[in-house]
Amino acid sequence: MVMDIRFEEVGYTYQKGTPFQSRALYDINLSIKDGGYTALVGHTGSGKSTVLQHLNALKKPTEGSITIGDRVVTATADNKGLKSLRKKIGIVFQFPEAQLFEETIGKDIAFGPKNFGVSEEEAMKRAKALLPQVGLDESFLDRSPFDLSGGQMRRVAIAGVLALEPEVLVLDEPTAGLDPQGRKEIMDMFYNLYKTQGLTIVLVTHQMDDVANYADHMVVLEKGTVVKEGSPRELFKESDWLTSMQLGVPSTVHFAQELERKFEWAFDPLPLTTDELAEQIKDRLGVTDQEAGDRV
Amino acid sequence: MMDKLIFGRYIPGNSLIHRLDPRTKLMSAIFFIIIIFFANNIITYLSLALFVGLAVVLSKVSIRFFINGIKPLIWLILFTVILQILFTSGETIFFRLGPIILSQEGLINGGFIFMRFVLIIFMSTLLTLTTMPLSLSDAIEYLLRPLAVIKVPVHEIALMLSIALRFVPTLMDETEKIMNAQRARGIDFGEGNIYEQMKSVVPLLIPLFVSSFNRAEELATAMEARGYKGGEGRTKYRQLSWQTRDTLTMVSFGVLTALLLLLRT
Repeated sequence: MVMDIRFEEVGYTYQKGTPFQSRALYDINLSIKDGGYTALVGHTGSGKSTVLQHLNALKKPTEGSITIGDRVVTATADNKGLKSLRKKIGIVFQFPEAQLFEETIGKDIAFGPKNFGVSEEEAMKRAKALLPQVGLDESFLDRSPFDLSGGQMRRVAIAGVLALEPEVLVLDEPTAGLDPQGRKEIMDMFYNLYKTQGLTIVLVTHQMDDVANYADHMVVLEKGTVVKEGSPRELFKESDWLTSMQLGVPSTVHFAQELERKFEWAFDPLPLTTDELAEQIKDRLGVTDQEAGDRV
Repeated sequence: MMDKLIFGRYIPGNSLIHRLDPRTKLMSAIFFIIIIFFANNIITYLSLALFVGLAVVLSKVSIRFFINGIKPLIWLILFTVILQILFTSGETIFFRLGPIILSQEGLINGGFIFMRFVLIIFMSTLLTLTTMPLSLSDAIEYLLRPLAVIKVPVHEIALMLSIALRFVPTLMDETEKIMNAQRARGIDFGEGNIYEQMKSVVPLLIPLFVSSFNRAEELATAMEARGYKGGEGRTKYRQLSWQTRDTLTMVSFGVLTALLLLLRT
């Protein structure tokens, strides 16, 4: 099934109707294409996490409507059948290791699928298959999740979400607080799933390097609404604007722009990954692969 | 759900009531709950209501907050009031059906109980709406100090109280986050029969306990690293200072009490 997600004039007010009400989102229009890799960026308090909780109807909009696949969620829609929606849209929350609770890792990973009616054996089979995928081996299956290091717990929690076999995977800063090696491994794993299994990915992040490396669509949020939407390559061209949003640009773009400023080089297209940057510098200097190799 | 709870929240402000010493406010609230039982006729209840009304106006907090504070307790209040009305016997009886009696005395009593509930809730809501939780725990520490003579660990109690108060919102946030994460994994909180509902609490409670243990350990380490060695010989950053307005508040309570004793029948 095609799982496009479309927000139409969505607004959300926390604690509506109480003296403490505060507005988090207003007039949000955005669409998340099926099979795409969308990055949601914006500085702290811009409403990213609130938007994220709308993606599988954990929160319902107080205004406007959200179309998820063939379902429409509005303020007045009833709560029945939202569970089937949650099976298709897996969310890895910030610091997901806080959600572990079973006595063994296997059971914890199998917990989600079992809630959605998958049989015990099938769920355990999935758990067993997922452990290597997240970088742990099968010996972890019967260990307690609370004996693990923070990074390993993170991997188990991520496996618990992947075990639902979602069609859309929502990631809320999945690598916050991990070491550089772990970050790269986990981000590469998600990218791999996106490439090989055609998963739709929505990534919420502060890391512009991740956006440049992986995403094909970028949505910028500011003060609870969408201020800009487009491909990363287009949006990163406006580095002054992004800096004024307290967002900045990826290190490759920053480096390329410094070169442009100092040596009056022109990069076309704007390099997003280190490989692209290296390729263009090489062309510019007019060296062959052989020479480049010799110089290194 | 939890975010609808008004009781126990603090609204920043700079009114006369906000600036009162927390000890004054705490003592006043307790004192008020005691003297409300002196009232036993319409005039005394009216004077108490007037007094509370004056305090609410002085606090410059919107009346909506107080009404919202009553909402969660409305069923308890109605239940008690109705029981009181239906089961009080008296001289002027309007209606009788078995043990159920509707009498003038019953109605009056019901009205009084209702007033008592509303006034107590208004007064305690006023206390929490206008006093920062930390000032409140300072006040409790100060007022408990005499008990140190009989070996009550006053400093430890106050410390636990202020840490607990500090972490209430943090734990609420954490609860919400874990609930969301588990709902995304297919748990329906508050649905199904009682057994299913109890079972669905486990994936919420265990992570909450685990993170509380971790947090306690981290906090204890951080406190020790900053040189905390217990209550002995500590100085205080937040100083409480008693002002003329505090004395006046207490005097007004004295006057109110005298008035109540004079007017009660």
